[in-house]
Amino acid sequence: MGFAAAVFAWFASPAHWSGPGGVPIRLLEHVQISAVAMAVAIVVALPIGITLGHLHRFGNLAINVSNVGRAIPSFAILVIAFEIFGLGDIPAFAALTLLAIPPMLTNSYIGVRDVDPEVLDAARGMGMRERRMVFGIELPLAIPLIMAGIKTSAVQVIATATLAAIVAGGGLGRYILDGLGQRDDTQVFAGALLVAVLALAVELSLSGLEQILVPRGLREGSGNIPMEKIPMEPIRPQGMI
Amino acid sequence: MAAFLDATDPWIRWDWFWRHVPEFQLRLVEHIQLTVIAVVLGLLIAAPLGVVAARWRPLRDPLLAVGGVLYTVPSLAFFAFFIPFTGLSLATAEIPLVSYTLLILLRNIVVGLDGVPADVLDAARGMGYRPLAMLLRIELPLATPAILAGLRIATVTTIGLVTVTALIGQGGLGSLINTGLIEDFKTPLVVGTVLCVLLALGADLGLAGVERAITPWSRQRRT
Repeated sequence: MGFAAAVFAWFASPAHWSGPGGVPIRLLEHVQISAVAMAVAIVVALPIGITLGHLHRFGNLAINVSNVGRAIPSFAILVIAFEIFGLGDIPAFAALTLLAIPPMLTNSYIGVRDVDPEVLDAARGMGMRERRMVFGIELPLAIPLIMAGIKTSAVQVIATATLAAIVAGGGLGRYILDGLGQRDDTQVFAGALLVAVLALAVELSLSGLEQILVPRGLREGSGNIPMEKIPMEPIRPQGMI
Repeated sequence: MAAFLDATDPWIRWDWFWRHVPEFQLRLVEHIQLTVIAVVLGLLIAAPLGVVAARWRPLRDPLLAVGGVLYTVPSLAFFAFFIPFTGLSLATAEIPLVSYTLLILLRNIVVGLDGVPADVLDAARGMGYRPLAMLLRIELPLATPAILAGLRIATVTTIGLVTVTALIGQGGLGSLINTGLIEDFKTPLVVGTVLCVLLALGADLGLAGVERAITPWSRQRRT
């Protein structure tokens, strides 16, 4: 039997679609732990990033802490969390939350900080209070960058949740790790396929959400920004050093 | 894997540490080798591809889109895809690592070349520069800051990803972390993690120094 046929047979087998080791349960475990970690990280990172961006303060400190945090490999963070909390969902959840914070914190800080001061001046001149300026002006203008941060974090969390199977026991990474342990290449490949599809699906749905959330005036082709003028940003180290 | 946690195990045991310095050296060298292979191969492939993509628009968007898709694939899954074909080998580790660096570099090369001002190119053409000379002496030097920024990100990212290759038997600092996990013993975990962070910060600082040295004109705009 060819390899492709073996992989196809793996997916066709009803045994792989039911019970605690079945694809639906593994998928649910994977999504669940990722979603909870993301939710907690959003609640922590966005208010801090937005507040610091509004105050134009302590931003470099936050970015530098984030960057050093980002230099720690996620595999190491997972194993450290395992040493602290033991086996189970808690170390995986702690590691994923910690990993998700830096991109969102940095992006929300920079997004709010870099809002055009003239726009804020105009708002102040119109008699807007600080709070309304944050929610009515700074936040909407920073949405594209904040969404980019959420997307980066989410994709990273889904990726690391795969590794988290080492300590948490659940999730789609289980197939890859079990397959490696049992030298079952078909299972390894099937697991990789499931994980890749999930990551792409998350990326695509967040891109869709981004389209909806970005204020109309800031969208490409809104007429306010000529298409050719939208620069593609190079990927840059953010403030490291 | 250990069934229970040993609460008395300290974060670092110096007697064990001093006895295992040669192993740390070996793992560090393996880690650097895996990283350098990935970054150098990535740069060798990305350079011509980036130039072609920047020149020829119809190729540019599909190439960057494919790159974006590959970049989304989690590292463990990416490695796992190749295990049925190349086994637990260096190739299985390097194909995904090269792909990740390739994407970062490709994007930055394209953006860097795109950013060369049109009037500079016009002036060069007026001075009689041929396309190849223009690329080598005008466009690439002006794109250097963006390309080096990409190189920094690619290197630091690869150093982190290489830890995962320990799970497919390729050594590196990840195997110290893995030892810590399997034997429930914190010292190798701490040593592996600290060395990895130091390596990433060192590489980033070093490349930032290179960037500063070879692009003196961009120094004033910083700060």
